[in-house]
Amino acid sequence: MRGCACNKLSAMSHPERPGSGPAGSLTAPPAPQGKSGESLAAFAARHGLTQSSARPPLGQYIRKVWDRRHFIWTFASSKRAAMYTSSKLGQIWQVLTPLLNAGVYFVIFGLLLELHKGIDDYVPWLITGVFVFTFTQRSLTTSAKAVGGHLPLVRALHFPRATLPLAYTSVELQQLLISLVVLVALVLACGVAPAATWLLLIPVVLLQLLFNVGLSMIVARLGAFTRDITQLLPFVLRTWLYVSGVIFPVASLANRSETVRDNQWILTLMEANPGFVYVELARQAMIPSYVTQTNPQVAMANPGLLWVYAVAWAVVVFAGGFYWFYRAEERYGRG
Amino acid sequence: MAETQEQIRAMTPPPVIIDYTRQPIVVVDDLHIVYKVYGAAREKGSGATALARVLRRKDRPQTTTVHAVKGVSFVAYKGDAIGVIGTNGSGKSTLLKAIAGLLPPHSGGVFTDGQPALLGVGAALMKDLTGERNIVLGCLAMGMSPEEVKAKYQQIVNFSGLKKGFIKYPMRTYSSGMGARLRFAIASARTHDVLLIDEALATGDAKFRRRSKAKIEQLRKDAGAVFLVAHQLDVVEETCNRVLWLDDGRLVMDGDPKEVIAAYNEAINK
Repeated sequence: MRGCACNKLSAMSHPERPGSGPAGSLTAPPAPQGKSGESLAAFAARHGLTQSSARPPLGQYIRKVWDRRHFIWTFASSKRAAMYTSSKLGQIWQVLTPLLNAGVYFVIFGLLLELHKGIDDYVPWLITGVFVFTFTQRSLTTSAKAVGGHLPLVRALHFPRATLPLAYTSVELQQLLISLVVLVALVLACGVAPAATWLLLIPVVLLQLLFNVGLSMIVARLGAFTRDITQLLPFVLRTWLYVSGVIFPVASLANRSETVRDNQWILTLMEANPGFVYVELARQAMIPSYVTQTNPQVAMANPGLLWVYAVAWAVVVFAGGFYWFYRAEERYGRG
Repeated sequence: MAETQEQIRAMTPPPVIIDYTRQPIVVVDDLHIVYKVYGAAREKGSGATALARVLRRKDRPQTTTVHAVKGVSFVAYKGDAIGVIGTNGSGKSTLLKAIAGLLPPHSGGVFTDGQPALLGVGAALMKDLTGERNIVLGCLAMGMSPEEVKAKYQQIVNFSGLKKGFIKYPMRTYSSGMGARLRFAIASARTHDVLLIDEALATGDAKFRRRSKAKIEQLRKDAGAVFLVAHQLDVVEETCNRVLWLDDGRLVMDGDPKEVIAAYNEAINK
């Protein structure tokens, strides 16, 4: 069988190797490209060779990503360690950055604009929101360059490209875990008593992590082929910050703006947006007084509905984002 | 007269001759590689003209396409050590990356047995981190497990031959030679089916070059096939049993190292 195929092939388009070597090839007639291509591919297939740039099937791809979990985590830790090596305060910035962020918002929106009216624990309320939202915000900002910013790596080593956005999300997850320690300390310092509901923060962060990974994959693919995304993203993220009720309660908009009062669907939409969902769930977990207050201005969103949204957003965006990123696997590193 | 002969050579690639007695490991079939380069040219005019361009849906002027490999075909067999030579910009590195499956073909195909690996772990390392951490990071990036990294760690440190203590310093404090040695030490810690080496021997002192040559020899025995891109023709002639000569993305010659290098020297010394 095998020998038969050989003979047929060699008779088709490939003359035997001339003894004189390649120097003789100058006089030999060039092989017709189409025919030679056909038989070379067939020859390769017959020996079980496969296209090296082909995209592996989804199941195999997921397994490959799983095999790289140690790389993802080490890459994240390394990235985080390398981030502050040139600054004097070094790793302290990991704590200082979220604190300063919360400080700025507190001064502008709390003290100057007095948006805190009606919220008893405004400081814990604000910093919980800022820390949790920053997790999503920073995951997206950094993942936009996850593939595009590592072209030398993508072009030098073979690994599932999904590890890059995953690694960047892991950097932010590690940063969030540090921030959460700071958050707990601050919330305690503000006089909020520790509560069992704090444990709810764990599923909230896990769901948000899934959501962030999915969204990071989408942004990473966009950023890999359209660099302009990195220019546009800060504006998108700032708008998202304002409509997610991170700085002021969404419900208070009904009193501030006539447009919102007349169009209640705007509020419904804002309360379904994932930015609001995760921030709000984290607040309800962290601040017991926020759950029990009855001020219509800060009317708390329905927790049951929030959990449905949180799970739905996480599952849909994670699965969709991962699949969409995977679809372009073999094209990364080309542009 | 000589130039026209050059052109004829460039136009008609040597036909692919299949040796049916040997086991193929890499088959490259009429491969074309085209890629886009951003920001190659500076944008002319103002923002208004840029906006007009966007509105007219024209491609960005600073995006240029490079046709780096133009129809290369050959078959590599188990045990081959193939040198790839050619002037700067002739498509050597691009060809290696395509074999590694890192640059997708525009047309044609690359068929391989197993996963070819480029000896290019350098891109995964971070210069702000210590040599220690970079060894772990680099090995994991190549797909090794944490246990394998632990087992190979000391071997990598020894092979890199860094001065005592330097392994605990950030890599940005290393001289270029030291950095290259560590990179090569990490990259060669793993065995591969098909190994692609791009200018790995260009740096380092004489002693390290000797050691890395021995290492490549060993890698070649472990691997199914080795591809070596180098400008030092003597290294290519010593290490390889076959040489591909590329010019402007086309295969000019494919054969015995002595013959091909002689023809190449003749062509570039004109």
